[in-house]
Order: sequence, then structure tokens, then C-alpha cells
Amino acid sequence: MTEVITVDARGLSCPQPAMMTRQALQKLGKGTVEVLVDSPTAKENVTRLAKNAGWTVTVEDSPDGSARIVLRK
Amino acid sequence: MSVISRFLSSRWGPVLTGVVIGVLAPLLVFWGNPGNMGVCVVCFTRDIAGALGLHRAGVVQYIRPEIIGFVLGAMVSAFAFKEFRPRTGSSPLVRFLVGMFAVFGALVFLGCPWRAYLRLAGGDWNAVFGILGLIVGIGIGIVFLRTGYSLGRSRPAPKALGWVMPVIMVILLVLLLVAPQFGRDAEGNPAGPIFFSTSGPGSQHAPIIVSLVVGLFIGFLAQRSRFCTVGAVRDAVLLRDGRLLYGVLALIVAAFITNLILGQFHPGFEKQPVAHTNMLWNFAGMVLAGLAFTLAGGCPGRQLFLAGEGDGDAAMFVCGMLTGAGIAHTYNMASSPSGPGIYGPMIVIAGLIICIIIGLTMREAKT
Repeated sequence: MTEVITVDARGLSCPQPAMMTRQALQKLGKGTVEVLVDSPTAKENVTRLAKNAGWTVTVEDSPDGSARIVLRK
Repeated sequence: MSVISRFLSSRWGPVLTGVVIGVLAPLLVFWGNPGNMGVCVVCFTRDIAGALGLHRAGVVQYIRPEIIGFVLGAMVSAFAFKEFRPRTGSSPLVRFLVGMFAVFGALVFLGCPWRAYLRLAGGDWNAVFGILGLIVGIGIGIVFLRTGYSLGRSRPAPKALGWVMPVIMVILLVLLLVAPQFGRDAEGNPAGPIFFSTSGPGSQHAPIIVSLVVGLFIGFLAQRSRFCTVGAVRDAVLLRDGRLLYGVLALIVAAFITNLILGQFHPGFEKQPVAHTNMLWNFAGMVLAGLAFTLAGGCPGRQLFLAGEGDGDAAMFVCGMLTGAGIAHTYNMASSPSGPGIYGPMIVIAGLIICIIIGLTMREAKT
């Protein structure tokens, strides 16, 4: 069973969602990170950061505007 | 619409926004705005504070349509791209405070980050010290962010909350249009409630409709592209992400070229428009502003755009700026072209101490 880290960045403003994601990716190195966000800006920033670091990104949007972003490497 | 949305959210979005601001700001000067002040979010908020009688510095009173346009343009964009999301609850009181201190610092330098870059692009070398101060201030903010600083989480709010700031802007627009109808006392002095400068920077402005349309256009682009003149430096250092920084560089280059074409590039330290030559306080003022903006999560323009998309916390920051501008000009904290005000240096030091305490103490409360 590979370790999964969940980052709950809902309600946080710039640059915290991206910062927390960056820390989680660096800590894990390889595996799965799940990021919860509730703003389009945070979603874009987390997605861009993860892609630049070579992680594959899957975004699951919710109707209420929040999203679950799954990052794998 | 989705093509525009994709482009603006790409790495080219901030660059396009920066180029548009860089071309339009010097043009606004050409059309009547004060020198190197095509757009200055802090100066224009200060002018609005003066127009509302929150300070009585007679030379800086005018309801600036650019600010109204920024908020309403961002609101239109937020609706067009389905991003209008009323929210609040992330330490509104602290955001109000840092909004005040950001303005105190910026008014010692005489400009927000936007104007610092625009002053540089107009050949005002005093801006170099302001920009260096800004970078140092953002750097201090980054240290706090790295050590756990947070203003906590916002929560979704009723739709009505998101409308408060846009409605205030519509009221300001109405006041701007009806202001000439307001009376004067027996001695011919303006009796309020709206005050407009008859001389000085407040009396210099482009036609209302031009300023408003420019503001709306910039607000629309900047909301979707997330353009931010403080986030630019912060993200480049903290996240190694240059997306916003390219936007600021595009602004400086575009403004420089536009100033050259319009004959508005005048290199030097002395006799620059609405500026003073005190290197130390140009620098220190912007250290305070840079720190305060970083603690709040973005530059003053970004706060207006966020307020336009329903962010009640950013709206509190804007209220703090408005109040701070009133205080700064009432109690001689703001600089003038002759140099820093009597209490300018003192408020910068006090502001730095308070912002450092905020940076050290504000943490996300565990529930």
C-alpha cells in the first residue's frame, strides 16, 4: 500500500495552497498526493506547480466550485 | 469565451495584462492623469478618500473612475467565467489593519507597486529604491509564510456579501457624476459631501469615460489572469514560478516604450512628478508596503479584483486602505514632493513593528 498524503487547502488564500502542495510533493518524492481546494485560482496554481514538478494531475470538479486534485508520480 | 479564458489562465495571461496596463497607463497620463500616475491603486484610493472628505488635503481629492472600473471589470469577468464566489472569514480585522499599514508605507514612497514600476518606466530613478524596498518587504513576508504564517480559512458567504463592494463602486460612480451639483458655502469653499481638487494631482485626470473604460478592461483581464505585482516577486522566490513576474516585466517594458513614443520618458532623480528624492524613506516606506501586501496575499490591485469576485476579506483590505489614506493625509504621514511628512518615518517604523508582530503571531487556529 503506497502512502497517500491529503492536503486540505480549502479556504486558504495565495500562496498557501501551492506552498502546502509543494511541501507535500517534496516530502513524498513519489506516490499519491490528494489536494482539496475551493477556488479556481488555487486549482490552477496547484495544477501548474505539480505539472512543472513532473507529477501527473487528475482534477475532479465538484458542482459547488471546489475540486479534488490527485497528483501521482 | 472559453478560448479567452484558456488564454488568460495560461502563462501568457499575465503578460497580456501587463502589456495592456503598460500601454494604457502612460496613455492615461497623456490624456490628463498626473505624471507617472496613469494607474496607482494607492494614490487613487487616497484621492477617493479625499473626495469623500476622509482627509482634507485639497490637492488630492477626486473619485477615480479607474478604481471603480477595476472592481466592476473584475466582477463582470468573474461572472463570465463562473468565478463569482462570495466568501469571507479569513481574519478580516487583520486584513483591515495591514491594508492601512500598506497605504502608510506606500504614501511615504508616493506610490503602490504598480506606480513604482510605472515611475521606473518613466525614468524616475527614485523608484529604484522603492522597488528594492518592495522586494525586501516581500522577502520578510516570505520568511513568515515559510514559518507558518496564515490568516486562516475563508468560508462561503451569502451572495449579498459579494455584492457589497461592487454596489459601493456603483454608488461612487453616481457620486462622481453628480458631484458638480453639490454646493459651496457663503465664502465659496466646497461644502461637501464630495470634494474635488481644483489644483494639484487631484485636479489632473483623463475624461471620466476614458478612465472608466480603461479600468473596466484592466479589471476584466486581471481577474482571470490573476495579475499581481506582489505575487510576482513572491511566487518567483517562494515557488520558483515566474508566471506573474513575466506580467510585471511586460508592464515595465510596455510602459517604457509607450513613454518613449509619447515623449514622457524623462530620466533622472530631481523634479520627477509627484515624487521626492529621499532614498532612505523611499526604500523604507516600500519595505512596509511590501510586507503588508505579502501578509494580505496580494498587491492593492489584486485586492480590488478579488473584491470584485466576491471576496469579503479583500474588500476589508480595501476598506483599510481607504481609512489609512484618510489618516495618512490628516496626520502628516504622507510624503509630498518636498520629502517625507513629519510623522512619515515614525509611522513606517511603527507599522513595521506591528506587521512583524502580525507575521509572528497569526497562525491557523486548530479546531
